[in-house]
Amino acid sequence: MNRSGLFWLFLTPVLLWLFLLIVLPHVDLFILSFRTDEGWSLENYANFFTEPIYWLTFVRTAVYSIITTLLTLVVSLPVAFYITKLSRPRVRGFLMILLLLPFWVSELVRVYGWMILLRESGVLNYLFLQLGLLERPVEMLYNDATMIMGLVYTSMLFMVVPLVSVMESLDDSLVEAAYDLGASKICIWRTIIIPHCKPGITSGAIVVFMLVLGNYLTPNLMGGKNSLWFTEQIYNQFIASFNWNQGAAFGFLLLALSSCIVWVGLKLTGQKLGEVAS
Amino acid sequence: MQYDLVISRLVKEFGTFRAVDDVSFEVPKGSFFSILGPSGCGKTTLLRMIAGFEEQTSGRIEISGQDMRGVTPNRRPVNLVFQHLALFPMMNVAENIAFGLRRRKVPAAEIRRRTEEMLERVGLPGYGAKRIHQLSGGQKQRVAIARCLVLDPKLLLLDEPLGALDLKLREQMKVELKKLQAKVGTTFIYITHDQSEALVMSDTVAVMNRGRFEQVGSPQELYMDPQTPFVAGFVGDNNRWEGTVEEVEGETVLIRTDEALVFRARRKADAHKGPATLFLRPEAMVIDPVGTDGLNTFPAVVKAILFDGANSRLLTVTPSGHELLAALPQNRAFDHIRPGAEITLGWHPHSGIVFARREERP
Amino acid sequence: MKKKLVFALLALFCLAGVAQAQETLKLLTWKGYAPQNLVDKFEKETGIKVEVTYSNNEEMIAKLRATRGAGFDLAQPSQDRIASVQEQFGIYQPIDYTKIQSDLFIPSMLEAVKKNTQVGGKSYAVPFCWGTSGLVVNTAQAGGTTSWKALIDPQYKGRISYRLKRPVLIGLGFALGYDPFALYGDEKAYGEMLDKIEAELIKAKPLVKNYWANGDQLLESVRSGEVTVAEGWDNGGWKLHEENKDIDFVAPSEGALGWIDTFAIPAKAKNVDAAYKWINFMLRPENSGAFTSAEKIPTASKGAGPFIDPAFQANFDRSFPQAVIDNIKWYPPVPAKLEAMEGKVLDRIKAAN
Ligand SMILES: Nc1ncnc2c1ncn2[C@@H]1O[C@H](COP(=O)(O)OP(=O)(O)O)[C@@H](O)[C@H]1O
Ligand SMILES: [Mg+2]
Repeated sequence: MNRSGLFWLFLTPVLLWLFLLIVLPHVDLFILSFRTDEGWSLENYANFFTEPIYWLTFVRTAVYSIITTLLTLVVSLPVAFYITKLSRPRVRGFLMILLLLPFWVSELVRVYGWMILLRESGVLNYLFLQLGLLERPVEMLYNDATMIMGLVYTSMLFMVVPLVSVMESLDDSLVEAAYDLGASKICIWRTIIIPHCKPGITSGAIVVFMLVLGNYLTPNLMGGKNSLWFTEQIYNQFIASFNWNQGAAFGFLLLALSSCIVWVGLKLTGQKLGEVAS
Repeated sequence: MQYDLVISRLVKEFGTFRAVDDVSFEVPKGSFFSILGPSGCGKTTLLRMIAGFEEQTSGRIEISGQDMRGVTPNRRPVNLVFQHLALFPMMNVAENIAFGLRRRKVPAAEIRRRTEEMLERVGLPGYGAKRIHQLSGGQKQRVAIARCLVLDPKLLLLDEPLGALDLKLREQMKVELKKLQAKVGTTFIYITHDQSEALVMSDTVAVMNRGRFEQVGSPQELYMDPQTPFVAGFVGDNNRWEGTVEEVEGETVLIRTDEALVFRARRKADAHKGPATLFLRPEAMVIDPVGTDGLNTFPAVVKAILFDGANSRLLTVTPSGHELLAALPQNRAFDHIRPGAEITLGWHPHSGIVFARREERP
Repeated sequence: MKKKLVFALLALFCLAGVAQAQETLKLLTWKGYAPQNLVDKFEKETGIKVEVTYSNNEEMIAKLRATRGAGFDLAQPSQDRIASVQEQFGIYQPIDYTKIQSDLFIPSMLEAVKKNTQVGGKSYAVPFCWGTSGLVVNTAQAGGTTSWKALIDPQYKGRISYRLKRPVLIGLGFALGYDPFALYGDEKAYGEMLDKIEAELIKAKPLVKNYWANGDQLLESVRSGEVTVAEGWDNGGWKLHEENKDIDFVAPSEGALGWIDTFAIPAKAKNVDAAYKWINFMLRPENSGAFTSAEKIPTASKGAGPFIDPAFQANFDRSFPQAVIDNIKWYPPVPAKLEAMEGKVLDRIKAAN
């Protein structure tokens, strides 16, 4: 067998897999999204824009996802810097494992862990009461701040890992040179470290943004009563309202709108997707 | 005399290891001061203490009369040219040079003016918009220096900045650096393991070994009058004999080498009867001397002719197999010498110096 | 080498064949509806392996709809969620009542479910168990609560929980003086009622502690004292009552909402025989009795009484005197359109601030 034959031999299963498991179902959903009980129509898409609850939910979800992404970045930058530049090699491995550890259990378990910790009758309240820091227990769950914290916690790894890998390629002497030339610490971050880490920041931010936008459990369980997330709306359309057509349309809208947001983000920071991926 | 830098009893320890061991010196304003030593002897550590990146274990660093203890690198009136230059790849040449001025909140127009002025001064006019990766090695070098000089530092510290260049460029940059320093008048502290760099450029050279300064002096002093066997061996080429001092007569000693040649030579301070080392520069040897009065002489066989223009030498070997270098003046008088020739070498007792043999520190 | 490989492959196929040979029953049901001890007993008796997948009404329908009724041999939807779903998607097959031991069932229940799941002259389910939705109340803090209105009562501010799904809408409908079930046939009137309910629930939203998402979360909230009034199932209330006498199930004065969970066979079930075997097995008095004792859910089994734990009977008698039983509002089959309307209402409530 010649080389191109071999090439196809190995590639065919991959292509088949891609086609059967990824492309086909999407095509099916895509077709569904243009159908209603009455036949072909754009109504499912129009619904999104005419029914305020739908697009408002999307806007809310997108805004919170952006906030979460930014917070995750702010938290991850020093963490990644500490791991790559300040910790000793043995400590470094340990820290990476520490970061990975939460991911050995499912997201559900993690979220329940937070709930046990934060609920009104939870561990933290108990401790604070015992220490006399609180007079009566307070509910720390079911608000937006807690939800964002949970999302940041869940997303951090996906930001730290790309950051660590770009920071490893940052020559320490660049930082020292900037310091030597009169830059303050904040200025070094702004002018040297962050520009150097741009590709890592971008890829991390894209991953985190998409993950948060597509998250279902954390907003639902930790966010509580006001936390309608767009994914929940898709779920509701499919499961509760039996309206697969509407659900499929929402799914594609989520895909399209989030891609738009990422595209705008890349434009604003003057980057190209190809560069980020490389 | 005004000193830009005064260092006294400076010590730096990493754990139990002493990288810099009780070093004191001062650098006069406007001079070119080099620190020369083999790699690993503590040069970078010393420089980083001056720049503020390492804190001394003990001792004192004074820059323009001010104690630097507790002053962070960004507040010291010194700048460092890094071993690998550390130019900022995310900025263009002009931005690199303007970096320090920006931090000082100099008005934009002045930044532009001074940046251009500095580019001109280092011979790179119109290079402001270039990216760093578009520059050649020598150009990068100049940008790195310009980036520091534009800030008018009291001291410019340079950590083997020519190390990464190829030989030809290195020779050229040596001269350029020296000229630049003379032009701007900034005090340079230059570290290198390359003795020729240090000798060519410096007003004063400190020879460093194992964290200590062996000798501080002008290049001529170091070459002509080394105070320690290490300096004698490290600065310039030297022939070396091990032997025993048999007699001490004032400033002259009678030394019997291990291969039983007997010479008279100059005595260095601590030489006395007993084991000793004799150093002799290649250019101190005369080939087939005409009158041997008062000269030390010994027979040797030419092993090879090392032709190098004005710096040509003969590689010779004594009957007992000791290899020695002798200068070969290019005045056509020795054109007849061929490898295998038997010759006599003579030298004046004043040119050879004898140190008591010290057990090398581990 | 090659021979070895062929041999190994052959061996693998043989093993796979053996595995195939063992009959399986794929059961799609609610948590707790297939207790391990009964599964073990069934496997021992019949040699059929039972694979259980836990779900709820909405997901059961979605799963079966996705496969057009394949992948499972037996499902357990609520009786009111069968007829319209069957009409739309055809995901079940008619029950062959000759294969059901009808003498095991309480006859009136069997008849009711037959009637309620009828599509095109055929019936699609048999009853398994029943229960009600009502209030789970911590009487020490919220004594005397007897109305669905407790869920929007400011005096329980921050101590209220319910599942943001159909039952709370229906319950509140009754509490506001409507008869939601009577309005099933009148979309417009139903919509108006939903608007009213929506307004009430949004207004009362600040009072709510959380919207519970699964039974465990509800039990934990009430158990810990964080929640004192909740919408919930009777068996949940009884479970908590065992731990803390202050907590109990309360049937609302407007009538508890009665549901019946059934057995229905998916359209493309592979092992229909096993499905019938499981139905008859579960309805046997001793098995039903064991189930009821453990899960505190009464079944449609006629003779289970002697096998039921007296503690359960005490719970039942406490919460359900005859008058209360007579007042239970049984869910009639729900028309498909209404569920879509409800879905929107629920979304709007959740999104409201
Ligand atoms: N941060 C450090 N920790 C431990 N040892 C160090 C550190 N920096 C330098 N050293 C040691 O100090 C010695 C001198 O190093 P350095 O100043 O870099 O030498 P040079 O620049 O003369 O080559 C070396 O043996 C080196 O291993
Ligand atoms: Mg060095």
